[in-house]
Amino acid sequence: MRDRFLIFCGLFVFLAIFTCPIWHGIAASTSTAEPELHLPDGQKTCVAPISYMRSAHMQLLIDWRRGDVREHRLFYTAYDGTRYKVNLTNTCLGQCHGSKQKFCDNCHNYVAIPTPSCWDCHQDVSSRAVTTATAAVPGRMP
Amino acid sequence: MYMLDKAISGGRRYWIWLAFLVLVIAIAFVCYILQLIYGLGITGMSRDISWGIYIGQFTFFVGIGASAVMVVLPYYFHNVKEFSKVTILGEFLAIAAVIMCMLFIFVDMGQPTRVLNVLLYPTLHSMMFWDMVSLGGYLLLNAVISAVMLDREYKGLHAPGWIKPVILLSVPWAISIHTVTAFLYCGLPGRPLWMTAILAPRFLASAFASGPSLLLLLCLILRRLTTFDAGNEAIRKLGVIVAYAMSVNVFFLLLELFTALYSHIPEHGTGITYLYAGLEGKHPLVPFMWLSAILAVASLIVLLVPKLRGDTRILAAAAVLVFVSLWLDKGVGLIVAGFVPSPLDDVTVYTPTAPELAITAGVWAIGAFILTVFYKITVSVRETAQ
Amino acid sequence: MKMTRKNFLRLIGASALATGAGRLVKAAGSAANSLGGNGSSRKRWGMAIDVTKCQKGCNDCIRACNTAHNIPQIADPNHEIKWIWKEPYGKLFPELFADFGRQDLAASQLMTLCNHCADPPCTRVCPTQATWKRDDGIVMMDYHRCIGCRYCMAGCPYGSRSFNWIDPRPYIKTMNPQYPTRTKGVVEKCNFCAERLDDGLLPACVEACTEKALIFGDLNDANSEIRQVLRSRLGMQRKPELGTDPSVFYLV
Repeated sequence: MRDRFLIFCGLFVFLAIFTCPIWHGIAASTSTAEPELHLPDGQKTCVAPISYMRSAHMQLLIDWRRGDVREHRLFYTAYDGTRYKVNLTNTCLGQCHGSKQKFCDNCHNYVAIPTPSCWDCHQDVSSRAVTTATAAVPGRMP
Repeated sequence: MYMLDKAISGGRRYWIWLAFLVLVIAIAFVCYILQLIYGLGITGMSRDISWGIYIGQFTFFVGIGASAVMVVLPYYFHNVKEFSKVTILGEFLAIAAVIMCMLFIFVDMGQPTRVLNVLLYPTLHSMMFWDMVSLGGYLLLNAVISAVMLDREYKGLHAPGWIKPVILLSVPWAISIHTVTAFLYCGLPGRPLWMTAILAPRFLASAFASGPSLLLLLCLILRRLTTFDAGNEAIRKLGVIVAYAMSVNVFFLLLELFTALYSHIPEHGTGITYLYAGLEGKHPLVPFMWLSAILAVASLIVLLVPKLRGDTRILAAAAVLVFVSLWLDKGVGLIVAGFVPSPLDDVTVYTPTAPELAITAGVWAIGAFILTVFYKITVSVRETAQ
Repeated sequence: MKMTRKNFLRLIGASALATGAGRLVKAAGSAANSLGGNGSSRKRWGMAIDVTKCQKGCNDCIRACNTAHNIPQIADPNHEIKWIWKEPYGKLFPELFADFGRQDLAASQLMTLCNHCADPPCTRVCPTQATWKRDDGIVMMDYHRCIGCRYCMAGCPYGSRSFNWIDPRPYIKTMNPQYPTRTKGVVEKCNFCAERLDDGLLPACVEACTEKALIFGDLNDANSEIRQVLRSRLGMQRKPELGTDPSVFYLV
């Protein structure tokens, strides 16, 4: 085989390019860094168990959206009995998670899954001090 | 089975033509990306004129797609042997036209990534849902028919028995696609220009005039450029079909004029007035509509005089006149004028922008590309079969 | 069953048919226009606009609506977004505006908005049910489902709907952080402040009108203020001959 040397060179180059995210991550010290989660200050419980939220928060958001927009179901009763008003900006962000950058983006950027187009329309409210008539007060009747 | 290898062997003119089409498509693609980034504001459409040339062209080419029935019906069910070579051309034209229609709708959409919502959330009371279903079904029908028939011809076999009912189905289906398209417009209470029962018959008459005239021209082009000859009889018969259909079409237009203008009810007449005379000093469509009318009359003079119609070159000229006249009437005039005056009696002028025209040209080029490839395959298959 | 090509195609066909049939039946069963609601004693939200009180040159209602809903102020009239705006009386009621009509009305500029019709042509034509009529009478928009086909705009006989031809965010003067914006490629219109109604508030325009020219209430409640005023004064609907049965009345 005359081309053995070239073939092995080519294989080596291919493997180097293919594995470059790994050694590049090691070199830049980013591969072992876990995403930094800024948990909400005041709230201790989430609208659903954490394991569920980790795996299926998008499903919860879709259910909330369908319920609120199309079926006029304004409130959600969590597994622990707390009632929340269905509202991405004012409840999810305003009442609990505070900032899209500090909470949502950290994980999404880490796994390189861009946040869906929700934020083209829904507002990213970085301040938690958005408490108005539209934010949730648990147990309040419509 | 797909005989696609026939499409990648061709002469210089074939490749130059395809390269030109690809260039037009590439420019259109870039413009479409710009449209996705900037929004549909890159076009000339506005709050008052919310549908423009994209939907106008869609309406016109649904008609071209439906017109295949004008050769399919006589050949398969009335044994008009002269159309034996032409039916496959008609079916391929239908496929190209329907794909163009779907593309025109797609480029007109504000959120194109969500277009499947129409199928995910079927809405039986919306004519647009039925339009998508009927166009998709018609595309499927014609794809199956043309692939099977050409394949059998290539192999020198008879057509399979089961294809006959499929072809039978394609005839009422062709009528239905253009009827549903007319139903998009003629049930809207706020658009009096379209609110007429004769819209669907007008659409069909104009389809059956413009489609066969395009087919006639394509047969003549194929005769000039390739070994494919549809035969003088087929061309003559296509001329007769165009003559009848164009006469009916012009008659229907005159009927529209009477109803629009005789009653003196303002909303019945303003649309037609805008098209042929202008409103409030604005008359952007007037030259196009009068040109359409003049071309229609000129074409009828040729088509209705047998001696003139019998001369192939004069007939070809008439076919061009018919096609351009009806393209102006349906593709340029009708849809835009439906929005004038606006529900608040405003007259807004619609002028398509350069990116909009480029995207339109790109969709035409895609249709022409598909048609060229299909016809090349057909011609090559016929050559080897002989 | 031996998996031949024929059998495979039959299986695919049968599965597609079953799925499609299921969806079609579900779609046919659901009511064309109304979704959700609790079904008991239906409200029908409506508005009466007092023509004699609506002042020329006053735009309080429009400003309140624009601020509350992050409506962009786009200078190009071709691309403008308007949920409520003012039109001359003669354009709202062209058939009534004869030369010998009341000249004081001829000069009026009246608030114009989506009529939230009882039988809306816009919801009839929407291919995805992105717009639909709620049980309480409000014609709703679901911006998530809208494909931007603008069929509803063609269907509306009143010109009440606007399309986002371009990205609206740069044109929003003051951002209300509690309400979303919209994105390019979707249609929007007045929503009778459904989000405020949920909190027991009146629509922003009604609250903002200093002349109290806007009366909002339940048309199905015979004792509501709006029903009382419609009994005592002539309330005109726009283009009633089209059969849309608007919920907005103009009191002359």
